[in-house]
Parts: sequence; C-alpha cells; structure tokens
Amino acid sequence: VPAQESYPDDLKYHPEHDWARIDGDEATLGITWWAQDALGELVHYEPPDEGSTVSKDESYGEVESVKAVSDLIAPLSGEVLEVNAAVVDAPETVNEDPYGAGWLIRIRLGDPAEVESLQDVNAYRASLENA
Amino acid sequence: VNSIAAGMAQTLQRTPLFDRHVALGARMVPFAGWEMPVQYDGVIAEHRAVRSDCGVFDVSHMGEVEVEGMHALELLQSLLSNDVARLEIGDAQYTLLTNDRGGIIDDLIVYRIEDYRYLLIVNASNRDTDLRWLKEREIPGSDVRDVSDEYALLAVQGPKSIERLGLPERKAFTWEMGDIDGLEVMVNRTGYTGEAGVELMCPAEDAPALWDAVVARGARPCGLGARDTLRLEVCYPLHGNDITPETDAISAGLGWTCALVKEFTGAAELRRIKADGPAQKLVAFVMTEKAIPRQGMAIEGGGTVTSGSHSPMLDVGIGLGYVSATSAGPGTDLTVDVRGRGRGARIVKKPIYKREEQP
Repeated sequence: VPAQESYPDDLKYHPEHDWARIDGDEATLGITWWAQDALGELVHYEPPDEGSTVSKDESYGEVESVKAVSDLIAPLSGEVLEVNAAVVDAPETVNEDPYGAGWLIRIRLGDPAEVESLQDVNAYRASLENA
Repeated sequence: VNSIAAGMAQTLQRTPLFDRHVALGARMVPFAGWEMPVQYDGVIAEHRAVRSDCGVFDVSHMGEVEVEGMHALELLQSLLSNDVARLEIGDAQYTLLTNDRGGIIDDLIVYRIEDYRYLLIVNASNRDTDLRWLKEREIPGSDVRDVSDEYALLAVQGPKSIERLGLPERKAFTWEMGDIDGLEVMVNRTGYTGEAGVELMCPAEDAPALWDAVVARGARPCGLGARDTLRLEVCYPLHGNDITPETDAISAGLGWTCALVKEFTGAAELRRIKADGPAQKLVAFVMTEKAIPRQGMAIEGGGTVTSGSHSPMLDVGIGLGYVSATSAGPGTDLTVDVRGRGRGARIVKKPIYKREEQP
C-alpha cells in the first residue's frame, strides 16, 4: 500500500528529493515521498558497497521503477556503514514507508558541517510548491 | 534523486477520453505527439489486472487508414508483407509495411471491411509516414484516406474481458459489428497483451460513453506503462524499439508475416536474407542477476537491447535484443552492460511469459 504524502519535521532535506536523519556523527539516508511518487513503484535498488565513500551532491546508487531509472544523490558525505538489504530484496518498501523501513543507507559523516547546507522541512516543502 | 521531466508542450494532441483520464487521476505523459495516460494507480497492479481479469486501454492515438477501390487489394498486396488476398470480409491480419531494403516502416493490422474496402490500424508514431508512403503509391482504382480523427479505439484485454463485455466467443484476427450497452462498435479480436480480448472501434463522439460502459462492466483502466510490460512479457515487438526501417522481418523473427511467394516492396531483399541467414536475430532474454535491462544497452559480443523492463509476473528484468545469429539459441548466456556494470542474462524461448507455466 503506497504511503500518504508526508515530510517529517525531524529530517534534513536535499533539493534532489533526498532526506537525512542525523544521529550524532552518523546519518540515515533515503528518498522523499515526492521522489517515490514521481518514480512510481520501485522494482530495483542498486546500492553502494558497504565501506565505500559517498560524496555530497553526487550519485551513490540508483533506484528504478518499471518506467524510470533515477540516481540517488547523497545529501551528505561519508562512509557507508550499512545498506538496507530489505530494500534490495523488496524495493517497494520505499513506496510503502519512505522514511522508515524504506531507508537506503546509513553513513558515518565525513564532514558534519555539511548538515548546515541542507533544507529544513519548511524550505523543502516550499521548494516542492515552486517546482 | 534527479529531477524528473515534468514539462509538456502545448501542441500535444488529446484523445476524446482525455477528461476521463484526468478525472481518474492518471499520470499523463507525451507519447508519439499525444498526451496519454502512462498509469492510473500503478503499472504493476494494472498489468496484473489484465493477466488475471480485465483491463481497458485508450489506444485512440493509433491511426486508422482506409484503402478503398477496385484496385485496393492490388495496392495493398504490393506494399504489405503478408498475403492480403487470404482475407475474407470479417478477417484481420498482422502485417508489415516494408521499404526497398526489406526494413520495417511499420507493423499494422489490416481488416477487410467490404469486397473493395480495407482498414489499416497503424502505430500513432508512424501515422504520417505510413500515409505519405501509401498516398505516394496510390494506383488508379485505389483511394487512401486518413480516418484517424473520426474514430476512437479501446483495447479491452484479459481472460474475463469477453464475459464482462457480454460478447460471443470468436476466433482471433476476426471482426464483426457488435453492441456494448446500446453503442454500436466494431469488435476486433485483436490485442497487444497476449491475453484474450478485443479492440473496440467507435465514432470519436461515442468514446466517453463506451469507456464508461466498459469500466462499469468491471474493466480496470490501464495506461501505456502496463501496455508496454504486457507486450514485452509475450514478446510482441514494438515499432521504433525492436523493429525499425533499419531492421528486417527475418532478423526480427517475423518471417511468418512475409508471403515471400508474392511480390511486395523489399521482397527480393527479404528472400536473400532468408536464404543467406540473418547476421543478427531478435531474441528474448531474462536477467539472471538483479538488474533491469533498458533500450540501447549493449550486449557483450556486439548485441543491443531494444526493449527492457521489469516483468511484473516473473519479478525479474526481461528484454528483447539483437544478438549474433550464431549464438542466439535459448539457454545462451549473455552479459548486458547496465550503465557500466556487466549483468548476466539468459536467452529464453519466446514468449517470456506463458500462462500455463505459471501457477
């Protein structure tokens, strides 16, 4: 069952429709409700390798729906601590729960100061309205 | 996530059912110059509805061309690959419009309407090209007319479609006039999904009422997204992807649509390709590693993916592509270049999906 539209206010957002949940020097990353809705039901998740490095504003993987392929853009830089294997096996988890069970990777932050450059929920919502 | 294209030119054409699609919340996309529904609720659910029950597609963007006159048959015999002379009134036939090199200008279905009148239903993307090609070759006693704007076309497809529409069982590739809840329609026993079903042609002004009647009878609205995955699972070629003016019927596995005993445009070249054997063949394949093949991806050894997607029934990546004819047999392993990553696939017998083999 697809999730209802929502944008949690405890998350940081990247304009390419990615979110980050900051927890100390770690962050969990995923894509927003808007992104999964635009793509449609996801059928493939191409994750980065655990232990590899992701760079802010650059692609760290791909998600695919039946009709479309999209790069995953890292909102923050860091080392990949964990890939969500449940999403590799069942990519539709992202459609059902984009901010919970549908998270994509967990990273150790390379530069915690980067967090300052991300949008809060109000700024991200405003960018969606102007899109 | 990268931004997803949203802009849409104002010049796109709309079918008579545009308002119905918008009211149903369809996602509208540009396709072959038309603004068409790619999905309503979701491609996968729509796909499964057609495999298990019944779905309805607005395919009014397709072109309709009438060819009429004492010499209509002679004209069509000289331009179409299949043997049009075999058609009785009430018959339909899958055929190709070919160029001098044996390349495929379009694939289409020809219907014999009357003794001296035929109807061609052609791809939306090739409507203008086909018309020009036919018009330029008209002979005395043959008249080619574009009647596309006069008609709407609804494909009602799925194992329960005939029962839901209250229609009699008929052989595939036939047509007759019929009645759906008081609306007179041409009922064509054709389709693009591999399931039982019909394609209903009606005057454009009747389309909204026909759509409403078909939906009220339980057909689920389905978009072009599901239409593409359904046809790919059963390996029906898509013109522009799998077959083009640069590819020929023999290489594409469509030799059965070519009556090589008669003369038609490109027949000599097709006879030569058949005799020599084609260099490449269009094969169906299933990914053996997690990945989704897409049109244009390279296949190791000089091949190319011409169609690729996720199979909603098999839950794996599937595709069609040209590979060397010397290694085109079912069971042959392939490597597809998925954006720089080599991913394994295996050639399978067509069709990729067959009901009997699926529990």
